[in-house]
Formats: sequence, structure tokens, C-alpha cells
Amino acid sequence: MAWYWQLLIVLGVLIAALTIAAGLIWYERRLLSLVQDRYGPNRVGPAGLLQVLADTVKIIFKEDWVPPFADRRVFVVAPSLVLITALLSFMVVPVAEGWVVIDLDIGLLFILAMSSLAVYSVVLAGWSSRSKYSLVGGLRAAAQMVSYEVFMGLSLIGVVALAGSFDLGDIVEAQEGLWYVVPQFVGFVVFLVAGLAETRRIPFDLTEAESELVAGYHTEYSGMKFGLFLVGEYVAITLFSALIATLFFGGWLGPWLPGVVWFLIKTFIFITLFILIRGTFPRPRYDQLMALGWKAMLPLSLLNLLITGAIVVARAG
Amino acid sequence: MNDEQRTQPDDVPHQQSETRPEHGEGPVQPCQWPVAAVAGGGAAPPPAVFRELRERFPDLPLTEQTTADGIPTAWIPREQTAQVLRYLGREAAEPFAMLYDLGGVDERERLHREGMPDAAFSVFYHLVSYSRNADVRLKVALPEERPEVDSVAGIWPAAGWYERELWDMFGVGVAGHPQLKRLLNPPWWDGHPLRKEHPSRGTEYGPFEMSEDVFDEMQEQLRFKPEEWGLPRTEDDPTLMYLNIGPQHGATHGPFRVVVGLRDEEIVHLVPDIGYHHRGSEKMAERQSWHTYIPYTDRVDYLGGVTNNLPYVLSVEKLCGIEVPERAQLVRILLCEAFRIASHLVFYGTFAQDIGALSPVFYMFEDRERLFDDVIEPITGGRMHPNWFRIGGLAEDLPTGWKQPVLDYLDYLPARLDEYDRLVMDNRIMKARTVGVSAITVDEAVAWGLTGPMLRAAGLPWDWRKQRPYSHYDWFEFDVPVGTTGDAYDRAAVHVEEMRQSLRIMRQVVEAMPDGPYKAFHPLTTPPAKEPHTMHDIESLITHFLGVTWGPVVPPGEACIYTEGTKGQYSYYTISDGATSPYRVKIRTASFPHLQVLPKLCTGYEIADLVTVLGSIDFVMADVDK
Repeated sequence: MAWYWQLLIVLGVLIAALTIAAGLIWYERRLLSLVQDRYGPNRVGPAGLLQVLADTVKIIFKEDWVPPFADRRVFVVAPSLVLITALLSFMVVPVAEGWVVIDLDIGLLFILAMSSLAVYSVVLAGWSSRSKYSLVGGLRAAAQMVSYEVFMGLSLIGVVALAGSFDLGDIVEAQEGLWYVVPQFVGFVVFLVAGLAETRRIPFDLTEAESELVAGYHTEYSGMKFGLFLVGEYVAITLFSALIATLFFGGWLGPWLPGVVWFLIKTFIFITLFILIRGTFPRPRYDQLMALGWKAMLPLSLLNLLITGAIVVARAG
Repeated sequence: MNDEQRTQPDDVPHQQSETRPEHGEGPVQPCQWPVAAVAGGGAAPPPAVFRELRERFPDLPLTEQTTADGIPTAWIPREQTAQVLRYLGREAAEPFAMLYDLGGVDERERLHREGMPDAAFSVFYHLVSYSRNADVRLKVALPEERPEVDSVAGIWPAAGWYERELWDMFGVGVAGHPQLKRLLNPPWWDGHPLRKEHPSRGTEYGPFEMSEDVFDEMQEQLRFKPEEWGLPRTEDDPTLMYLNIGPQHGATHGPFRVVVGLRDEEIVHLVPDIGYHHRGSEKMAERQSWHTYIPYTDRVDYLGGVTNNLPYVLSVEKLCGIEVPERAQLVRILLCEAFRIASHLVFYGTFAQDIGALSPVFYMFEDRERLFDDVIEPITGGRMHPNWFRIGGLAEDLPTGWKQPVLDYLDYLPARLDEYDRLVMDNRIMKARTVGVSAITVDEAVAWGLTGPMLRAAGLPWDWRKQRPYSHYDWFEFDVPVGTTGDAYDRAAVHVEEMRQSLRIMRQVVEAMPDGPYKAFHPLTTPPAKEPHTMHDIESLITHFLGVTWGPVVPPGEACIYTEGTKGQYSYYTISDGATSPYRVKIRTASFPHLQVLPKLCTGYEIADLVTVLGSIDFVMADVDK
């Protein structure tokens, strides 16, 4: 593959991911407003589209302030981690046939690894702020993300077993006849729930829990450092929507339209789902979240793995 | 003006009259001032509770006092207070299980004290017995030097905050109180505000200055020191963390501060701190005329609007002996129920929001907006604080065409409420968060002074609109929803059902609305008509002049009428000394005891449950701090 083509894909994915994440701020605000009987931002530019730009300019020009009591170095590094890990994960997501930054054999494992690293961002942010609200938020984040990672990984093993590969491109191609959402429906549900928990979205936004913890782990953050957490969250939403589309709904596969369009359509459907869930659900308590994880999700994904494994072995046998 | 207000009504022309104006007579009744002695109860036999006390304590010197509201009232000596109150609260058959209100009165400038023992200060204990549906008010006379009473917090846990308020406002000591600190005023406050000599407006002080030292000292006094509350320090107990929540925090519904001692996420200690919303509503009453105080009542429970006016005007009407025309009473009910719905809608939305549901609050505010736009604003001209009730009636009659928008709203809301049931109350996460959280039994609720939906959620079907109907509530059919466990879910469910019942009442009121005057033609509330009196008769002219310049001169006496407000039981214990402004108004609000019980409700639960409980209590900080 020519180097310029490679560079184009790298830049294309990077810009597309960041643009979608920024656009999501507008999309989420407008969509939530529709759900909630109000208009949302509709003043800046056509349909309020330039609101994102206005917000970005504002947030960049804010004073770059570090609280005097915070652990300065860690405090500064933490927000960038969340964005970096989410963006790196996009490297292995195939946008269309052959359109992928790097075709890793262990693509799925790479994404899980990056997702584990993202936990550090939240925990370190909470820890280095040296504020009690941040600390509680950070501790909740550590517990929540580590536990939900366990069965997020397990829920995907079924897909891997069916496709026989960790490579996301291979997984998409293996869904030519039947999308994996059908044989792996349980895996899909578990992954969706885990995705909500990993992106710290309602109903699993206990790490922020604005009615209890003010803003949880990023209480002390402001300006662009806060902006990085925000963008990181939206990139993560985009990533998980793209992953659901890729792993369970056939990625770029689809009739008539070009692959990349199919991929974007499917991704946007799940992004919308994430936002609608936010507009609908209340928040469970911390111990209930843990109970759901370990007592429902984990057995469910193990059972799914067992049955899938048995079928795969029987077929091969 | 202030000096003029203090002048006594002896200057006012009195005309003796036996006949009370009756409603419906129209504006042609003669202008009369009621005789001071007539206002208040007649010579009734001594109440049963006093007979009981005399049997139990044969040597007890019991000085009975007649009050306009007919509540048995007596003065008891300070030494026997604890003994008598313990008997009434604990030992008596069918005890007075609720300490309804406790407060002080500065008696030093009170002129009309016929038959009362000498006192510089007095403390009153207002007790309520649900089993008897009766109440009693006991007073203790205190000297000017070192006034002190015994704590009754051991009998009624609800007394804790009331006694701190007593110390804060009057400087009356409370022997045996575990934490006798200031409650509503900051710890550095100089003086006791409800004493008569305390200034009541800023211009009575010198210029305001705050030096750096004073500022730092005030900041330092806000620091939470666990040892001051009898709690372990974190140095001694490393597994403990104190988390300061508020006074500026999203979940506290206003400026309310609470310090929680956490072990992991479990709440092991909880110290509420109030007073950040204190505006001195009671002190203000003492320098407003009887009528100009009404707008201040609007703002006590600022979500309740006119439901705050009602207990105040009812008390003053009782003092004056005013009979309010039926139409005015029914309009009052209509507006009170509308405001109950408005307040409960705010409760419903914020309750859901506290549990993390983002959207419901928008739907419920939309409904509330409609209620304001279609019902409340066309009738009253105002929204949250319409200042609409008047002593003796209303500010104005209903506008033409008021009926259809009200009926339309009554048709509109039920379907929305059903939808919210599916969205909020039936939601499984919502149930998981609220069912079984901070349950409370009826006995505990009564002992802590909880009223309204908090009490009914615990399982006692007690509603003052049913038990002691005022303003013709007994004409209408409605149910009293009750819960079973008193947990957060039940509290919310009771609120929701009350909205449906309020709609029922409103519909019946609309259908039953009679014609007639919208205010009483009583000289204390309505100036004499220009024809044929004022323009021809000098006495009427003087009365008219005084009525519109001074406002009414309310006969001396005391009255306290309960109403079932949006959040519970409300009353304005109004003492008149025969002047143009109240001598003392003690506001009893529902939110005050509801917030006091917070440590009991939350200890042992998690920090997320604290937010659930705060959401389910339905308090308003202005209502707590007054």
C-alpha cells in the first residue's frame, strides 16, 4: 500500500473521529432536547451547528488552571490519557474493506488493552485532584471499569470463537452470511451494557453522578483539560458504537451503498441509542451496579461462552 | 411610621356592637370595630386535658388562658415543666405524641397580658395528639435574667432543633440539651434577633464593615470540627472520612449544608447545618402591618404560593372574628390545590433527577408551566408568589372566563401523570433505588414531628383537610393516600397520588363555585363603602382613613390555625397585642422537622441514598430557615 494512501487513512480516521466526537456534542444536546420537550442550542449558525465551534473557542481560551492542592504533573497528564487511548483504539477499526490504519492480528485484544489503560486516566484524575469528591469518583471509576472490563472481554470471546480471529477485518468478513447479533445476541447485550459502563454514561455514570459527587473525578478540572475529558467521552462513545457495528452488525457490509456509508449509518444508530438511553434511565446505586456486573452479566457471558464454544467444537468435530 | 405602629388602639374609635357582620349582607352594614374582649372564645368548661392534668398533679398551679383559636392553653411553672410534659408526651393514655411546635415570645413589651403570669419571656409547647385529635398549648413564664427551660428532646426527638432555635432567637437557655448551639444565625452573631430590643433593619446598625481578621474568623468558624458534634476525629479513626456537602451543591435543593462521616461509601455520621436561607420572616412580621405581611408569607415555602397565605389569614380572621364568604373560601381551596399540584410537580421532577433521570423534570416543569399560564396567572395575576389572599377574602374576584381553562387543565394532567407513572414510578432502577430506603415507622414519624406526605407515607392516614376541615374542605370528596413503609418510594407515591386527589377536589370546586362576594364586609378588612357612609358620616370617614393608612387594628389575642400545606402541616401562631402589626408570629413549617430527621433516615445507608432521601423529603430551604 502506498505511503500516501496510508497517511490519508491515518489523517482521515483521526479527523473523522475528532469531528464526529465534536459534532456529537451538538447532536447529543439537540437530540436530548427533543426528548425533553425543548429546543437545545439553536442560535449559533444553522440549527445551532456552530455552537460546537463557539464552545471550543471558549474552552480553549479559558484560564488553564491547576488547583494549588493538586498533584500537578499527574493532574495535567490524566485528561490526555483518556483521549489518547480512545483514539489509538480507532487504529484497528476497519471503516470499509481495506480502510484501516493498521491491520492488526490481535485487533480486538489491542482495543481491550487500550480500554484498560483508559481506566488510569479517570483514576489518576480523581487521585491527583486531592479533593474528596474527585477521590470518591475515581474510586468508583476504578471498581466499575475494572469489573465491567472482565465480562466485556468475555462477551466478545463468542464472536472471536465464531470468526476464528481477533482481526476486526476478518470478523466483519465472517459475518457475510449472518450478522453475529443473531447467534451472539447475549454477547451483544452484555457488550452494550459494558460499553455504557466503560464510557461512564447514564445509567452507569456513577463516577460523575452529578447529584451526589458534583462532577466526580473531574470536579476540579476546568478549561481545555476538562474539554479533553469531554471529547474523550464522545470519542469513546463513537468507538463503542463503531465496535458494536463491526462486531455484531456486519461492519461495512450492506447492499447498494458503499461500505463506508453502511459503517457510518450503523455507528450513528448506536450513538443515537446511547443518547436516548441517557435521556431515559435513572442511575442505579454503586452496589447495585456491582451486583448487576458480577451476579448477572458475568454468569450470562460465561454461559454464552460455554454454549458458543460447545457449538463451535461440535461443528468442527 | 414605626412609632406610630406601636401606638395602641385605644386611640381608635370603638363602637360597641353585639352583632357580627354576616356574609351576604352586602356593603351596607354599619362600620364597627369589634370589642377586643369579644374576640376569642367564650366561657367554655375547662378542657378535658386540663382536668386530666389536675387529677394527675393535684398541686400543679395551672393558669388557663383563653385564646381565639380555642386550643386549650395554660401556663405552668418552670420547675414542673419537664414532669408535666413527660406525662403528656409519654405516660398519659393516648399521649400527645407529637411536639408540634415550640418557640418563645418576648413578653416585655406586651401590654394586653390580662390573667397571665408575670414574665419577661415565655416559651410555649404546642402538642398534638393524633389518637385524641386534640391539641394543647402549655406556656412557661421566664424571668429576664438568665431565662432557662429544661430540654424536652428526651421526650420528643423533634425538640432538638426547636430548642436550638429558641436559644438562637431569644437567648433562652435549655438545660440538658446536648448541643445548644445557634441554629439559624451564624455562630458569630451578636444578640438574639427575636428579642424586641434587637434591631430589625440594617439602618439601625452602623455602617457595615468587614475586616480581614473578621473575615478569616468567620471562615474558620465554618470549618467542620467533628469534636464539637461529639464525633470522632479522622486522626483518631483513619477509616473515617468527613465529606462536606453544600451549602452550594446540586442535591441539596437550595443552600443547605450537610457533613457526612463516611466509611467507604456508607454514612456513619451525619450533621445537617441550616440557616443559610434565613431571612427573618418572623422578625419582619413584627414591623409589617397585618396586611402587608401577606407577601412575605408567599415566600416561606416558595413553591407553595398561596398555600402559605392561608394559615396566616385564617389565624388573623380568627383573631378578628371575620366570617369569610363561601365564594372566597372555595376560590382559596381551588388555588391551594392548584399550588399543591405545582409544588408536587416540582417534587416529582427533582426527585427523579436526584436519582439520575435527566428528562422527567422537563416534562413536569412543562406541566407546571401550563398550570401557571392557564390557571394561576389568569386568576391571580402572579405566578409563584401571587400574594392573592387577603384577610377576609381575596384580592379580587375570579376573572370572566376562568372556568374553561381550569377544566381543560383538569382534563390534560391525568394522562400525563399516568405516563410519568410508567416512566418514573414503575421504572425498575427507580424502584431499586428507593424501595426500602430510609423507611420510618408511624411512631417514629410522629415523634420526630413529621407531617403531611412524610407521615402518610409511613402509614397514618392523617390529613388536616379531613380531620379538621377548614375553608369547607369537608364539602368535597377526596381520598387520603397512604404508604406502608414510609420509605423513599412510598413518599414519592403519596405525592403522586395527592396530585390526582387535588385534581378531584379542583373539579368539584369548579362545579360548586357559588356566586357572592369575594371578601367579607367586615370593617377590619374592607373599608366602609363611600355611599352611604364615608362621604356623609365623620366616624365612617375616620374609620376609612385609619383602615387604609394603618391597616386593621387586630384585637388582642392569640390564634393558630392548621392547614395541610404542600409539604405538611403549616400554621402561623399569631399573637396580637391590639396594634397595627402582629406582636409575634411563629411560623411552623413542615420542612423544618422533615430535615431535622435526616440523620435518622440516612445513617447506615450509602452516600447515593442521601441524595435519594433528600429528593424524597420534599423540602424547601426557605421553608426550613424561614
